[in-house]
Amino acid sequence: MRMIARRIGLYVLTAWVAITVNFMLPRLMPGNPIQNMIGKLQGQVTAQEMNAIRLSFGGDTNHGLITQYFTYITQMFHGNLGISITLGASVSSILRESVPWTVGLIGISTVLSFVIGTFCGAMLGWTRGSRFDSLIPTATFFQAVPYFFLGTVMLLVFGSHLHLFPVLGAYSANVTPGWNWAFVGDVIRYGELPVISIVLSSIAGWMLGMRNMMITMIGEDFVLMAVAKGLPRRKVIMHAARNAVLPSIANLSLAIGLVVSGALLVELVFNYPGVGDLLLQAVLNEDYPLIQGIFLVITLTVLAANLIADFIYLALDPRTRTEAAL
Amino acid sequence: MNALRLPRSPKVLLGAGILLFFIIMTVIGPLLAPDDPSATSFAPNLTPSAHHWLGTTSLGQDIFSQLLVGARATMVVALLAGLVATVLSMTIGITAGYFGGVSDDGLTLLSNVFLALPGLPLLIVIDSYLPVGSRSNAFVIGLIISLTGWAWGARVLRAQTMSLRNRDFVEAARIIGEKRYRIMFSEIAPNLLPILASSLLFTVLYSIGAYVTLAYIGLTSTSVWNWGTMLYWAQSNNAPLSGEWYWFVPPGICIALVGTGLALLNFGIDEFINPRLRAAGLTSRQRRALGLPRRVRLGLTPVLRTGATKKTVSAPSRAVSP
Repeated sequence: MRMIARRIGLYVLTAWVAITVNFMLPRLMPGNPIQNMIGKLQGQVTAQEMNAIRLSFGGDTNHGLITQYFTYITQMFHGNLGISITLGASVSSILRESVPWTVGLIGISTVLSFVIGTFCGAMLGWTRGSRFDSLIPTATFFQAVPYFFLGTVMLLVFGSHLHLFPVLGAYSANVTPGWNWAFVGDVIRYGELPVISIVLSSIAGWMLGMRNMMITMIGEDFVLMAVAKGLPRRKVIMHAARNAVLPSIANLSLAIGLVVSGALLVELVFNYPGVGDLLLQAVLNEDYPLIQGIFLVITLTVLAANLIADFIYLALDPRTRTEAAL
Repeated sequence: MNALRLPRSPKVLLGAGILLFFIIMTVIGPLLAPDDPSATSFAPNLTPSAHHWLGTTSLGQDIFSQLLVGARATMVVALLAGLVATVLSMTIGITAGYFGGVSDDGLTLLSNVFLALPGLPLLIVIDSYLPVGSRSNAFVIGLIISLTGWAWGARVLRAQTMSLRNRDFVEAARIIGEKRYRIMFSEIAPNLLPILASSLLFTVLYSIGAYVTLAYIGLTSTSVWNWGTMLYWAQSNNAPLSGEWYWFVPPGICIALVGTGLALLNFGIDEFINPRLRAAGLTSRQRRALGLPRRVRLGLTPVLRTGATKKTVSAPSRAVSP
């Protein structure tokens, strides 16, 4: 329990840092980016909106920094992330539409990548020295390719040339979004290629980590014991793998942040209607309220995912519950 | 390389070779470039030919020159960010591990916070506020990248420092009355060398990815040539969909090759730290040559005393197999 409390404490602190970064950055940066933004907006938005933007970005000179800070945090807890200056809608309503896409895409790819990678890694560790070892440099190459580049190449080859997968977007124009088979099937079809490219670029880490742990595990006495007992090979491998997988799971919470960073760009390549695409548009248009909102939502989602990964680890490895070793 | 006792496995040699190639490209690439990368003096959208090895962009710029010139900015920023991040993680990791107590708690908390914050979105937020002038400044970009990339190394170094802290040689130095920073940096740090090297390789790898990504989404100055800006222009001119592979494939392959080189070299360091992995990477033919059983599926994977090539082996330790 102490362990869980400590982890939650850490994540709350991290969330606070993210919020504070959002608050402080526009106020600290040289060249006054906000003044530029407001200058550009002159005449495009109502005086009221302009005032709201100015208030949330530190144009409020009537109050001290501390008061501004507390107003900012209060607003945040009410789910008020400001108004997107290019899209004209509130940031939270925009995010409500795009976040599910991203969470679905990244969630599925992360799980697939972890499961397949760990399985392959266990096999590679067991059959070490076989010709399958040549998979390692190959996988490393795929890991070193930037996510968005791999996505682009796959889009080009499998989408536009071979027409194996539909390209661009998350579903075709002729289905109505909702819980019907046509739509769900379409979403799966359109999601295949982005998922494959994220899995391909993130799988190597899991594979190598698992392989190396497996090689260490096979040297342990309990594996020898399992063989001596005459257990079938499948069971022996499972036996070793169950122990070798623990460090991978401990790393899961750290890897999620990295996968998210990469996947945002994959969305961009595939025009996926998730947060990544939104973030790029926001950056290009210097839409600071939207950038901040996206950063905050991504951070909070990653932290929540981290917490889940930590829970899984605690449930699987009884030692961590007593040692507080994380 | 022998002095470092790095295993001479093909993986390491390949990695070192790839890196050497790109380091040379970094140094002399801009001098070799046949044309000015920004000059729009040629016909647009040429396919690769003897005059333009990689064709031209839709603005009529020579792509091969862009690739050569872009190598420098990409590599320099990555190396700078990697070095700064490693120094940061070394200072923070060793300090936390050596002192323990409150300073350890504080520093560990700090690195945990940075680990949990998703790096790229943070980078994008910071970078988007930069004035346009600073975005073209490689130094500023490198520093910001290193700010998001030091935490993992610090964590690993802290753990290792903690295990070294109470060894006899550190104790001895303490009794002689060595100063703290001297113990930390002359006694402990050399023993962290393999981990430091591996963490440097990883942060350089991370920095290349981060820099190229920032450039790709247009957050660094688009007039400074690096491999990310090349991809940016290719993407914004729809090169991927119109089949101009010679525009966007070469920079991507270069990035991937540098990354592969770094990762392969890192395997060598892994095998250096954990000799068991060294024997694990041998093919069956190499095993026969060393007199090892063809398959060591169970029991300890043998630890090889020397490098993995046939000729340099003196006496491999006996394989323990059931």
